[in-house]
Amino acid sequence: MEILKQIERESMRLDLPHFAAGDTVKVYVKIKEGEKERIQIFQGVVISKRGGGTNATFTVRKVSYGIGVERIFPLHSPIINKIEVVTRGRVRRSKIYYLRKLRGKAARIKERRFT
Amino acid sequence: MTGLFTSQDRYIPVTVVKVGPCVVTQLKTMATDGYDAVQLGFGEKKKSRTNKPLQGHLKKSGESLYAILREVPVDDPGNVTLGQTVGLDIFQVGERVDVTGITKGRGFSGVIKRHGFHGGKKSHGSHSHRIPGSIGCSATPAKVIKGKKMPGQYGNERKTIRNLQIVDIRPEDNLIMIKGAIPGSRNGFVTIKKPKFAK
Repeated sequence: MEILKQIERESMRLDLPHFAAGDTVKVYVKIKEGEKERIQIFQGVVISKRGGGTNATFTVRKVSYGIGVERIFPLHSPIINKIEVVTRGRVRRSKIYYLRKLRGKAARIKERRFT
Repeated sequence: MTGLFTSQDRYIPVTVVKVGPCVVTQLKTMATDGYDAVQLGFGEKKKSRTNKPLQGHLKKSGESLYAILREVPVDDPGNVTLGQTVGLDIFQVGERVDVTGITKGRGFSGVIKRHGFHGGKKSHGSHSHRIPGSIGCSATPAKVIKGKKMPGQYGNERKTIRNLQIVDIRPEDNLIMIKGAIPGSRNGFVTIKKPKFAK
Protein backbone atom coordinates (compact mmCIF):
# COMPACT_ATOMS: atom_id res chain seq x y z
CA MET A 1 0.00 0.00 0.00
CA GLU A 2 2.91 2.32 0.74
CA ILE A 3 4.16 1.83 -2.82
CA LEU A 4 0.77 2.79 -4.18
CA LYS A 5 0.71 5.96 -2.08
CA GLN A 6 4.15 6.90 -3.30
CA ILE A 7 3.14 6.45 -6.93
CA GLU A 8 0.02 8.53 -6.37
CA ARG A 9 2.08 11.25 -4.74
CA GLU A 10 4.15 11.62 -7.89
CA SER A 11 1.19 12.67 -10.01
CA MET A 12 -0.48 14.75 -7.30
CA ARG A 13 -0.42 18.52 -7.22
CA LEU A 14 1.03 19.47 -3.87
CA ASP A 15 1.58 23.09 -4.89
CA LEU A 16 -2.11 24.07 -4.77
CA PRO A 17 -3.43 26.02 -1.78
CA HIS A 18 -5.84 24.46 0.67
CA PHE A 19 -9.47 25.34 0.12
CA ALA A 20 -12.81 23.91 1.19
CA ALA A 21 -16.48 24.07 0.34
CA GLY A 22 -17.81 27.61 0.66
CA ASP A 23 -14.59 29.26 -0.47
CA THR A 24 -14.56 31.46 -3.53
CA VAL A 25 -11.70 30.48 -5.79
CA LYS A 26 -10.15 31.56 -9.06
CA VAL A 27 -9.11 28.57 -11.13
CA TYR A 28 -6.58 29.34 -13.84
CA VAL A 29 -7.27 26.75 -16.54
CA LYS A 30 -4.89 26.04 -19.40
CA ILE A 31 -6.77 25.86 -22.67
CA LYS A 32 -5.21 24.44 -25.81
CA GLU A 33 -6.43 25.82 -29.11
CA GLY A 34 -4.57 24.01 -31.83
CA GLU A 35 -0.95 24.97 -31.24
CA LYS A 36 -1.62 27.90 -28.95
CA GLU A 37 -2.12 27.64 -25.24
CA ARG A 38 -3.82 30.28 -23.17
CA ILE A 39 -5.14 30.63 -19.68
CA GLN A 40 -8.76 31.15 -18.76
CA ILE A 41 -9.99 32.06 -15.30
CA PHE A 42 -13.02 30.36 -13.81
CA GLN A 43 -14.12 32.11 -10.64
CA GLY A 44 -16.82 30.77 -8.38
CA VAL A 45 -17.79 29.09 -5.14
CA VAL A 46 -16.49 25.64 -4.32
CA ILE A 47 -19.62 23.61 -3.62
CA SER A 48 -18.04 20.19 -3.19
CA LYS A 49 -14.75 18.43 -2.85
CA ARG A 50 -14.65 14.68 -3.19
CA GLY A 51 -12.40 11.68 -3.62
CA GLY A 52 -8.92 10.97 -2.47
CA GLY A 53 -5.55 10.37 -4.01
CA THR A 54 -5.19 11.24 -7.66
CA ASN A 55 -8.90 10.76 -8.20
CA ALA A 56 -10.03 13.80 -6.16
CA THR A 57 -12.21 16.42 -7.81
CA PHE A 58 -13.85 19.68 -6.82
CA THR A 59 -16.87 21.52 -8.18
CA VAL A 60 -16.92 25.26 -8.73
CA ARG A 61 -20.22 27.08 -9.25
CA LYS A 62 -20.70 30.53 -10.63
CA VAL A 63 -23.64 32.46 -11.95
CA SER A 64 -22.87 33.72 -15.42
CA TYR A 65 -25.39 36.15 -16.99
CA GLY A 66 -28.09 34.81 -14.68
CA ILE A 67 -27.38 31.18 -15.50
CA GLY A 68 -25.74 28.89 -13.00
CA VAL A 69 -22.60 27.23 -14.37
CA GLU A 70 -20.84 24.43 -12.57
CA ARG A 71 -17.52 23.00 -13.55
CA ILE A 72 -15.90 19.89 -12.09
CA PHE A 73 -12.12 19.92 -12.01
CA PRO A 74 -9.87 16.98 -11.21
CA LEU A 75 -7.92 18.39 -8.28
CA HIS A 76 -4.57 17.08 -9.49
CA SER A 77 -5.09 17.77 -13.18
CA PRO A 78 -2.17 19.31 -15.05
CA ILE A 79 -4.62 21.61 -16.89
CA ILE A 80 -4.92 23.69 -13.73
CA ASN A 81 -2.26 26.36 -13.87
CA LYS A 82 -2.93 27.67 -10.40
CA ILE A 83 -5.71 28.21 -7.89
CA GLU A 84 -6.24 31.43 -5.99
CA VAL A 85 -8.47 31.56 -2.94
CA VAL A 86 -10.40 34.83 -3.11
CA THR A 87 -12.47 34.54 0.07
CA ARG A 88 -12.94 31.88 2.68
CA GLY A 89 -16.60 31.17 3.33
CA ARG A 90 -18.22 30.03 6.53
CA VAL A 91 -20.50 27.09 5.78
CA ARG A 92 -21.70 24.29 8.03
CA ARG A 93 -21.55 21.37 5.62
CA SER A 94 -19.02 19.93 3.23
CA LYS A 95 -21.35 19.82 0.21
CA ILE A 96 -23.25 23.05 -0.23
CA TYR A 97 -25.59 21.88 -2.99
CA TYR A 98 -28.41 23.90 -1.41
CA LEU A 99 -26.81 26.91 -3.07
CA ARG A 100 -28.26 25.76 -6.39
CA LYS A 101 -31.78 26.59 -5.28
CA LEU A 102 -30.91 30.02 -3.96
CA ARG A 103 -30.79 33.26 -5.92
CA GLY A 104 -29.48 36.74 -5.26
CA LYS A 105 -29.22 37.83 -1.66
CA ALA A 106 -30.01 34.37 -0.29
CA ALA A 107 -27.11 32.84 -2.19
CA ARG A 108 -24.53 34.86 -0.29
CA ILE A 109 -22.02 33.06 1.90
CA LYS A 110 -20.72 34.66 5.06
CA GLU A 111 -17.02 35.23 5.08
CA ARG A 112 -15.02 33.24 7.59
CA ARG A 113 -13.25 35.37 10.14
CA PHE A 114 -10.06 34.24 11.76
CA THR A 115 -9.85 35.54 15.32
CA MET B 1 -5.76 0.60 -8.42
CA THR B 2 -5.05 4.22 -8.91
CA GLY B 3 -4.96 6.71 -11.73
CA LEU B 4 -2.43 8.80 -13.59
CA PHE B 5 -2.48 11.88 -15.76
CA THR B 6 -1.01 11.29 -19.19
CA SER B 7 1.04 13.75 -21.19
CA GLN B 8 -2.19 14.68 -22.99
CA ASP B 9 -3.62 15.72 -19.59
CA ARG B 10 -6.07 12.84 -19.63
CA TYR B 11 -6.78 10.77 -16.55
CA ILE B 12 -6.44 7.03 -17.01
CA PRO B 13 -7.10 4.31 -14.43
CA VAL B 14 -4.12 2.05 -13.78
CA THR B 15 -3.38 -1.02 -11.72
CA VAL B 16 0.08 -1.26 -10.22
CA VAL B 17 1.52 -4.77 -10.43
CA LYS B 18 4.76 -6.01 -8.94
CA VAL B 19 6.40 -8.18 -11.57
CA GLY B 20 9.05 -10.63 -10.56
CA PRO B 21 11.87 -11.18 -10.32
CA CYS B 22 10.80 -14.76 -10.99
CA VAL B 23 13.22 -17.65 -11.10
CA VAL B 24 13.04 -20.55 -13.52
CA THR B 25 12.61 -23.62 -11.34
CA GLN B 26 11.87 -26.26 -13.93
CA LEU B 27 12.02 -26.75 -17.68
CA LYS B 28 9.38 -28.88 -19.29
CA THR B 29 10.14 -30.11 -22.77
CA MET B 30 8.30 -32.00 -25.45
CA ALA B 31 10.63 -34.98 -24.99
CA THR B 32 10.15 -35.43 -21.25
CA ASP B 33 6.74 -33.93 -20.50
CA GLY B 34 4.90 -33.88 -23.80
CA TYR B 35 4.72 -30.07 -23.93
CA ASP B 36 7.00 -27.05 -23.76
CA ALA B 37 6.77 -24.90 -20.65
CA VAL B 38 8.74 -23.16 -17.96
CA GLN B 39 7.99 -23.26 -14.25
CA LEU B 40 8.55 -19.97 -12.49
CA GLY B 41 8.93 -19.30 -8.77
CA PHE B 42 8.01 -16.03 -7.08
CA GLY B 43 7.97 -14.72 -3.53
CA GLU B 44 9.62 -15.99 -0.39
CA LYS B 45 8.76 -18.98 1.72
CA LYS B 46 10.16 -20.14 5.05
CA LYS B 47 12.06 -23.39 5.05
CA SER B 48 10.03 -24.61 8.02
CA ARG B 49 6.85 -24.10 5.99
CA THR B 50 8.09 -26.02 2.94
CA ASN B 51 7.85 -29.77 2.78
CA LYS B 52 10.87 -31.83 1.88
CA PRO B 53 9.79 -32.99 -1.58
CA LEU B 54 9.33 -29.35 -2.62
CA GLN B 55 12.64 -28.38 -1.03
CA GLY B 56 14.31 -31.07 -3.09
CA HIS B 57 12.59 -29.87 -6.24
CA LEU B 58 13.63 -26.26 -5.70
CA LYS B 59 17.22 -27.22 -4.86
CA LYS B 60 17.85 -27.83 -8.56
CA SER B 61 17.43 -24.14 -9.34
CA GLY B 62 19.18 -22.65 -6.32
CA GLU B 63 18.90 -22.31 -2.58
CA SER B 64 15.83 -20.10 -2.26
CA LEU B 65 12.28 -21.29 -1.69
CA TYR B 66 9.30 -19.71 -3.42
CA ALA B 67 5.82 -18.97 -2.19
CA ILE B 68 4.14 -19.66 -5.50
CA LEU B 69 5.08 -21.69 -8.54
CA ARG B 70 3.43 -21.18 -11.89
CA GLU B 71 3.88 -22.83 -15.23
CA VAL B 72 4.05 -20.69 -18.33
CA PRO B 73 3.94 -22.18 -21.82
CA VAL B 74 6.87 -21.16 -24.03
CA ASP B 75 7.79 -21.93 -27.63
CA ASP B 76 11.32 -23.11 -26.92
CA PRO B 77 12.53 -23.90 -23.39
CA GLY B 78 16.05 -24.28 -24.78
CA ASN B 79 16.45 -20.49 -24.57
CA VAL B 80 16.22 -20.47 -20.79
CA THR B 81 18.30 -22.16 -18.14
CA LEU B 82 17.45 -23.38 -14.65
CA GLY B 83 17.89 -20.70 -12.03
CA GLN B 84 17.63 -17.88 -14.55
CA THR B 85 15.71 -14.83 -13.35
CA VAL B 86 12.86 -13.50 -15.44
CA GLY B 87 11.89 -9.91 -14.75
CA LEU B 88 9.90 -7.10 -16.24
CA ASP B 89 12.52 -6.44 -18.90
CA ILE B 90 10.50 -8.70 -21.21
CA PHE B 91 7.74 -6.09 -21.29
CA GLN B 92 7.65 -2.75 -23.06
CA VAL B 93 5.62 0.37 -22.51
CA GLY B 94 2.60 0.44 -24.81
CA GLU B 95 2.58 -3.32 -25.24
CA ARG B 96 -0.65 -5.26 -24.73
CA VAL B 97 -0.87 -8.18 -22.33
CA ASP B 98 -3.34 -10.72 -20.99
CA VAL B 99 -3.73 -10.86 -17.22
CA THR B 100 -5.01 -14.01 -15.52
CA GLY B 101 -6.00 -14.26 -11.89
CA ILE B 102 -8.53 -15.53 -9.40
CA THR B 103 -11.42 -13.07 -9.13
CA LYS B 104 -12.78 -11.81 -5.83
CA GLY B 105 -15.17 -14.32 -4.31
CA ARG B 106 -18.73 -13.03 -3.98
CA GLY B 107 -20.26 -16.19 -2.55
CA PHE B 108 -23.70 -17.46 -3.53
CA SER B 109 -25.07 -14.52 -5.45
CA GLY B 110 -28.39 -13.75 -7.05
CA VAL B 111 -28.99 -13.14 -10.73
CA ILE B 112 -28.76 -9.36 -10.51
CA LYS B 113 -25.22 -9.32 -9.18
CA ARG B 114 -24.13 -12.47 -10.99
CA HIS B 115 -25.62 -12.01 -14.45
CA GLY B 116 -26.71 -8.39 -14.52
CA PHE B 117 -30.46 -9.05 -14.60
CA HIS B 118 -32.54 -5.94 -14.19
CA GLY B 119 -34.74 -7.06 -11.34
CA GLY B 120 -38.37 -6.25 -10.74
CA LYS B 121 -40.20 -3.22 -9.45
CA LYS B 122 -39.20 -2.06 -6.01
CA SER B 123 -42.66 -0.80 -5.03
CA HIS B 124 -46.19 -0.30 -6.41
CA GLY B 125 -47.32 -3.58 -4.86
CA SER B 126 -44.54 -5.58 -6.44
CA HIS B 127 -43.18 -8.64 -4.67
CA SER B 128 -40.55 -9.50 -7.30
CA HIS B 129 -37.66 -7.29 -6.29
CA ARG B 130 -34.59 -9.34 -7.12
CA ILE B 131 -36.05 -12.69 -8.20
CA PRO B 132 -34.96 -14.30 -11.51
CA GLY B 133 -38.52 -14.68 -12.86
CA SER B 134 -39.57 -17.49 -15.15
CA ILE B 135 -36.86 -20.00 -15.97
CA GLY B 136 -38.49 -21.55 -18.99
CA CYS B 137 -41.60 -22.99 -20.69
CA SER B 138 -44.13 -25.51 -19.42
CA ALA B 139 -44.91 -29.03 -20.73
CA THR B 140 -42.74 -28.47 -23.78
CA PRO B 141 -39.82 -28.88 -23.29
CA ALA B 142 -40.69 -29.84 -19.68
CA LYS B 143 -37.17 -29.11 -18.52
CA VAL B 144 -34.92 -26.19 -17.81
CA ILE B 145 -32.54 -25.51 -20.69
CA LYS B 146 -28.90 -26.17 -19.88
CA GLY B 147 -26.83 -23.12 -19.13
CA LYS B 148 -29.82 -21.13 -17.83
CA LYS B 149 -28.54 -18.18 -15.85
CA MET B 150 -29.45 -18.73 -12.22
CA PRO B 151 -28.17 -17.80 -8.77
CA GLY B 152 -25.01 -19.55 -7.61
CA GLN B 153 -21.37 -19.14 -6.73
CA TYR B 154 -19.99 -15.95 -8.21
CA GLY B 155 -16.34 -15.01 -8.24
CA ASN B 156 -13.37 -16.91 -6.83
CA GLU B 157 -12.76 -18.32 -10.29
CA ARG B 158 -9.96 -18.04 -12.79
CA LYS B 159 -10.51 -15.19 -15.25
CA THR B 160 -8.41 -13.64 -17.98
CA ILE B 161 -8.69 -10.03 -19.04
CA ARG B 162 -7.22 -9.66 -22.50
CA ASN B 163 -5.38 -6.92 -24.36
CA LEU B 164 -4.65 -4.60 -21.46
CA GLN B 165 -2.14 -1.91 -22.20
CA ILE B 166 1.08 -1.37 -20.26
CA VAL B 167 1.20 2.30 -19.38
CA ASP B 168 4.43 2.55 -17.43
CA ILE B 169 7.31 0.37 -16.28
CA ARG B 170 9.50 1.07 -13.28
CA PRO B 171 12.43 -1.34 -13.30
CA GLU B 172 13.91 0.02 -10.06
CA ASP B 173 10.88 -1.13 -8.03
CA ASN B 174 9.89 -4.05 -10.31
CA LEU B 175 6.55 -2.39 -10.96
CA ILE B 176 4.46 -2.14 -14.08
CA MET B 177 1.28 -0.17 -14.50
CA ILE B 178 -1.52 -1.70 -16.51
CA LYS B 179 -4.40 0.36 -17.82
CA GLY B 180 -7.71 -0.70 -16.30
CA ALA B 181 -8.67 -3.31 -13.75
CA ILE B 182 -7.32 -6.84 -13.40
CA PRO B 183 -8.88 -9.89 -11.71
CA GLY B 184 -8.48 -10.47 -8.01
CA SER B 185 -8.15 -8.65 -4.75
CA ARG B 186 -5.41 -6.34 -3.58
CA ASN B 187 -2.16 -8.20 -3.01
CA GLY B 188 -3.50 -11.09 -5.09
CA PHE B 189 -1.36 -13.08 -7.49
CA VAL B 190 -1.79 -12.82 -11.24
CA THR B 191 -0.05 -14.10 -14.35
CA ILE B 192 0.82 -11.66 -17.12
CA LYS B 193 1.14 -13.13 -20.57
CA LYS B 194 1.61 -12.07 -24.16
CA PRO B 195 -1.80 -11.48 -25.77
CA LYS B 196 -3.48 -14.52 -27.24
CA PHE B 197 -5.58 -12.53 -29.69
CA ALA B 198 -3.52 -9.52 -30.63
CA LYS B 199 -5.44 -6.46 -31.69
